[in-house]
Amino acid sequence: MFLKPTKWTVMRNLIFRDIDDLVIGSLGIVSFISFFVGGVVTIQTALNINSPLIPQYLVGYATRQSVILEFAPTFISIIMAGKVGSFITSSIGTMRVTEQIDALEVMGINSINYLVFPKTIALLLYPFLISIAMFLGVLGGMAACYYGGFTSVSDYIWGVQLDFIPFHLAYAFIKTFVFAFFLATIPSYHGYFMKGGALEVGKASTTSFVWTSVVIILSNYIITQLVLS
Amino acid sequence: MIVVENLYKSFGSTAVLKGISTSFDKGKTNLIIGQSGSGKTVFLKCLLGLFPYESGSISYDGKIYADLSEDDQRVLRSKIGTVFQGSALFDSMTIAENVKFPLRMFTKQSNSEMDDRVDAVLKRVELENAHNKFPSEASGGMQKRVAIARAIVNNPSYLFCDEPNSGLDPKTAIVIDNLIQEITSEFNITTVINSHDMNSVMEIGQKIVFLKDGYKAWEGSNKNIFKTDNEAVTNFVYSSELFRKVRQMYIDND
Ligand SMILES: Nc1ncnc2c1ncn2[C@@H]1O[C@H](COP(=O)(O)OP(=O)(O)OP(=O)(O)O)[C@@H](O)[C@H]1O
Ligand SMILES: [Mg+2]
Repeated sequence: MFLKPTKWTVMRNLIFRDIDDLVIGSLGIVSFISFFVGGVVTIQTALNINSPLIPQYLVGYATRQSVILEFAPTFISIIMAGKVGSFITSSIGTMRVTEQIDALEVMGINSINYLVFPKTIALLLYPFLISIAMFLGVLGGMAACYYGGFTSVSDYIWGVQLDFIPFHLAYAFIKTFVFAFFLATIPSYHGYFMKGGALEVGKASTTSFVWTSVVIILSNYIITQLVLS
Repeated sequence: MIVVENLYKSFGSTAVLKGISTSFDKGKTNLIIGQSGSGKTVFLKCLLGLFPYESGSISYDGKIYADLSEDDQRVLRSKIGTVFQGSALFDSMTIAENVKFPLRMFTKQSNSEMDDRVDAVLKRVELENAHNKFPSEASGGMQKRVAIARAIVNNPSYLFCDEPNSGLDPKTAIVIDNLIQEITSEFNITTVINSHDMNSVMEIGQKIVFLKDGYKAWEGSNKNIFKTDNEAVTNFVYSSELFRKVRQMYIDND
């Protein structure tokens, strides 16, 4: 991927286009999902606290922990494996079946570098997307408290700030970077090395989604074991 | 000049090319003809280095392709213009961007120089007004012409065309054929064209290689293809009534 790189002026445009397609293009769906799932996490937690001995601010605490530790980095990444991953596989796969990759190669262009490298660089901005998911997830919880009256907003905010361990954030972003790498490379691999025609492009997208999810889930387990325990 | 020696290529257990030796001259339009499925595209892709082959050798102006380092292979490839059977235009780019692409990748020209060159080439393929269309908005024949424009924009030393005029109307097809021939002799390019179109054979077949069942069944030019009594060639050429009459005329004239 790094041998005989593409001219920088060309590469720069490719990177900007991929940032637009992959990161900016996902802002809407990520914001929407985070906000509402954050709300649901809050509601579920609040409804499951029956004992008067458990303080109400724990709702905020629980929401923050689940959003930052798992929901934003992992759950959003699975969704991105569907959205960004299948986009990458089908766009590269279509280039394969319509001989566009052959056309690049016969021009003497390193097609893996040309196609995969800008996506990998673009997804270095993926943590930015995940930060937004974290923020909106917690905000969604607060909105649920405000409109649903499960706890007071001030209790919620108190809970959100309680016992904050910065290392948890570091852990979440370590995961995010690893997942970003998988999101760029696994779907690219499935698109690049596919064989056949239009039908196979669809199949390749599905396979790539399955594999990306499996790898994300497994690496999540391994990273959690290594980093947190 | 491109020299091919004893090229053997198979997919799994089916042999597609069974030992082909031939050469393609500089400044000439060399045609590879044969029925659908006879291995023309596979042959061309072997020449381009897109398909690995089991044995044989291919040399470009005296240099054996397989012996070059990967970097030298890329340098050589940047001197090759290719028109694929399915055009293979980049569908995320406009027509003008497609044509400009090889210039952006391989030259240090300024933007306006590149644009001038793109204009000139698009004019040459009679597509002055299609710069900002996307390939999906162009007709099949337009896509073919854009592919040709892209192949020739960077003044290649070698030009490969896989059925450049299939799917075009007879008039445009001849325009394209003549265009390829003009460029070939003007810039002394080694041009290899796959075709099964007898019009092209007659118009631009300065050298013709006839493939059948994985072998080179015949080799010659448009001057003598009508006179040969090689059965495989005559079966192919005279599958149409028109060409049976043409042949009779040739023989009568002699
Ligand atoms: N990637 C591949 N894998 C397996 N077999 C292939 C592959 N490409 C081509 N073939 C086989 O090689 C043979 C020659 O195919 P090729 O595409 O070269 O024909 P062609 O002469 O170009 O035909 P046409 O005029 O229809 O384009 C066919 O039998 C085809 O099935
Ligand atoms: Mg073919």
